[in-house]
Amino acid sequence: MKSVARFQDTLHRFFDSDIWYSFKKSKVTISAACVTVIMILSAFTAPWIAPHNTFDPATLDLMDAFTPPAWYEDGTSKFLLGTDDQGRDIFSTILYGSRISLFVAFAAMLLAMLLGVSLGLVSGYIGGALDAFIMRIADVQISFPAILIVLLISGVARSVLPNVRHEEMAVWVLIFAIGISNWVHFARTVRGSTMVEKNKEYVQSARVIGRRRATIMFRHILPNVMGPVLVIGTIGLAVAVLTEATISFLGVGVPPTEPSLGTLIRIGQSFLFAGEWWIVIFPGVALAILVLAVNLLGDWMRDALNPKLR
Amino acid sequence: MTRSDQLKTTTPPLLRVTGLKRYFDVSDPLLNRLLEGKSRLILKAVIGIDFEINRGQTFALVGESGCGKSTVANLVVGLYQPTAGNIEFDGIDVASLNSRAQMALLRRRMAMIFQDPYASLNPRWRVNAIVSEPIRAFGLLKGTQAISRRTGELLTQVGLSPADGEKYPHEFSGGQRQRISIARALASEPDFIVCDEPTSALDVSVQAQILNLMKDLQKKFDLSYLFISHDLAVVRHMADSVGVMYLGQLCEVAPVDTIFDTPLHPYTRLLLATIPDVEMTGRATQPVAGEIPNPIDPPSGCAFHPRCPEPKDKCRRESPELTTLDSGVQVACHAI
Amino acid sequence: MTEPLLKIEHLRIEFNTRRGTLVAVDDISFDVLPGEVFGIVGESGAGKSLTGQAIIGLLEPPGRIGAGRIFLNDQRIDQLPYHQMRRIRGKKIGMIFQDPLTSLNPLYTVGKQLVETILTHSEMTPNQARQHTISLLDEVGIPAAEKRISHYPHQFSGGMRQRVVIALALCVNPRLIIADEPTTALDVSIQAQIIALLKRLCKNHDTAVILITHDMGVIAEISNRVAVMYAGRLVEIGTVRDVVKTPKHPYAKGLMGSIPSLHTRAEQLMQIDGTMPRLMEIPPGCAFHPRCPHCFDRCQQKRPDLINTQPSQVACWLFENEDQSDKI
Repeated sequence: MKSVARFQDTLHRFFDSDIWYSFKKSKVTISAACVTVIMILSAFTAPWIAPHNTFDPATLDLMDAFTPPAWYEDGTSKFLLGTDDQGRDIFSTILYGSRISLFVAFAAMLLAMLLGVSLGLVSGYIGGALDAFIMRIADVQISFPAILIVLLISGVARSVLPNVRHEEMAVWVLIFAIGISNWVHFARTVRGSTMVEKNKEYVQSARVIGRRRATIMFRHILPNVMGPVLVIGTIGLAVAVLTEATISFLGVGVPPTEPSLGTLIRIGQSFLFAGEWWIVIFPGVALAILVLAVNLLGDWMRDALNPKLR
Repeated sequence: MTRSDQLKTTTPPLLRVTGLKRYFDVSDPLLNRLLEGKSRLILKAVIGIDFEINRGQTFALVGESGCGKSTVANLVVGLYQPTAGNIEFDGIDVASLNSRAQMALLRRRMAMIFQDPYASLNPRWRVNAIVSEPIRAFGLLKGTQAISRRTGELLTQVGLSPADGEKYPHEFSGGQRQRISIARALASEPDFIVCDEPTSALDVSVQAQILNLMKDLQKKFDLSYLFISHDLAVVRHMADSVGVMYLGQLCEVAPVDTIFDTPLHPYTRLLLATIPDVEMTGRATQPVAGEIPNPIDPPSGCAFHPRCPEPKDKCRRESPELTTLDSGVQVACHAI
Repeated sequence: MTEPLLKIEHLRIEFNTRRGTLVAVDDISFDVLPGEVFGIVGESGAGKSLTGQAIIGLLEPPGRIGAGRIFLNDQRIDQLPYHQMRRIRGKKIGMIFQDPLTSLNPLYTVGKQLVETILTHSEMTPNQARQHTISLLDEVGIPAAEKRISHYPHQFSGGMRQRVVIALALCVNPRLIIADEPTTALDVSIQAQIIALLKRLCKNHDTAVILITHDMGVIAEISNRVAVMYAGRLVEIGTVRDVVKTPKHPYAKGLMGSIPSLHTRAEQLMQIDGTMPRLMEIPPGCAFHPRCPHCFDRCQQKRPDLINTQPSQVACWLFENEDQSDKI
């Protein structure tokens, strides 16, 4: 009973808060949020709403290849946005493709967040040699472009794993690689906030009571440093989507039989000037809209959570 | 029995601090020192403090900022480790405890109230969670019902209502937050509470409420307080005995009436003289010359000699020891 | 009767928030005579800082002056456009803030800041301004002024910095200085030095001071008259002796009574139950009535005006019959 009442209380507080108010006021943010939600939902429900299951080679027919979009003379309503060089329906592939892109991006962001926040908390709270060690690793890593690190890890994985497993593991390798390459931003921000919070009296009070360090870090300090983490996470999501697209575009990402948006763009770009523009443009536009919407959401969140602007 | 007689009772003191020292290394990092040829810098925040607190009594430590009184509070409660010296609580030498369980037994009996009502409560926790944290940490009660009932009881004892437990700290004023801090301090049924400037950040009428509350609770639960403050009028109201600190050392320790009516140390006298005359008694106030010296580079001999109205030669060379006079008052001054 | 230097008439300061218009200062009026030290005392949230900011034209939006008039030497200043107010600020009205660390620009030497201010508001040559600066720094008690004029703010201690801030406020001889909690961030012994300095300087330069603080001790030391504010309203104005020693308004009485005495030890301090109401929850009638031990019907219905009981003015229905405004 108490938890229901508490939950209702939390909901009341949220809808009464300044954050919700600033959200309602900004039309741009509401649109961005709607677009993001629609894209995530459609990606999630792809198996049910996509007209074709383009990942199943059995349903493909090479005769359908290079069909233009439905509003052309040669197009059919069966393939709304046309087909690619293998007869895959572009619209369905975008849905399935964004599914992969979003899955990889979310999972990678989650990994980066878990790793970065934990290391940042530990680094900021315990300080000393441990802090110096972690921060030096962070400094070294951040001097390399993220793409290079992802390529490196992908390459190593490829040589380590037996050929057969490449395709199965590609997605997980990608998630691991993108996650590892992005933890530094989270760690640095959390470390800074932790160093501020640890001198506050409520932390000292917990120390006087004799609570363990882990308890203090994760139960006391963590809730107070999560704000900027959400902002970085949102914008990092967009970055992860782009990174995955880039890697797949370069051909070392997801396997070509399960194309993501990046793969589609790669396939399509060779046909762009041959006249079959729809293969690259539609996935490109979809990618751009997704990244833009997520970035706008992140922008709003940063301003809404900034106590100085409230 | 007068207050000074009470202080001479034969029961052992609840807290006894001897030769307490705390030094901080504030040198530049090693690389900088090597390249720039600088030496180590040691900040001597607390240099040899001795005092005792009896059961049910309030001992106040007064001084201006930088004198080390907050450091002493942190040392007593275990937030810092002493560089040297002994802390004995109810006869137990704190340094001799080495297991978590033993430390926990001691921690239960000590609590702390902080100065800043806005930073001393976790803004993301509900008041219930904040107040019941000691209960849960020490495993004093089992079951959410029992804990909830006890939390409501504690909130009522400090003048709030049990329903306030569901709220967040930012919904309360400064004075109310201090009450929540006090409720948290009482949760483990301590014998001893360290109060670090508990009312300095509060308005004067709110301060009156909190000080009255603290006195009531002291009588009710037989609490002992280590009360840190820079406000001498508050100290007069709350303390049974007073220690005056300057640059990490005690200048004078005496029962409260004695120290206000007949101050001996020149610094005590000057502190009393600089306090503005709110009661408009027409008392001539006289500002102290000079500023508080840098604790990293203190004056030679007696730390107060540059500002003392009557320094002798000896004062420049030798730092005076805290000696006990026949009246029981302790002073550290060559002139006395 | 000397002409007042500053006249505040029915000043009202409001904030526009998404929950409606909040009234932070509600219809206050008082005068400040030339050369006097006028204290405004009250607890946090009473509106005293806002009053000071409104006088000097530094109210931060969304705060704004909703009604009322402010006159400086019979010139109306509350509605002046920005550039005219800027000339008055600094030349005729100086300000001292609480935190000396942020009042001075850390990137410029102390001398440069003072000289720049003098040159902006007066006709002196740079050399004359420099000499004037040195003598000012000397007057506020900074040793070796000639050398320290080229030091940066961080090279001064807290008390010394506040002296520099005072010098900065005084450098163009304003008629009025507004000091907002000038000693709160300083140690007790330094506080005493600064208070004494302010007292001496203002007498020498014949400058009036509006001293805004919650510290009754500071008020008692140097004010001539004092006004007590509660929940955005004035509840009592009078000479400092009358208000501090024999306050009439129940809130003022409670306030003075809750200050612990240096000379005697009471069992319990006088305490006023409850807390000052928040801006959105100010009760009808007299704002203090829910906490007042003498509250009666009228208090709950109608807000009391300042009643002229000689020698002080009190906003309390208890004193209705002592109104002496008709008699002189």
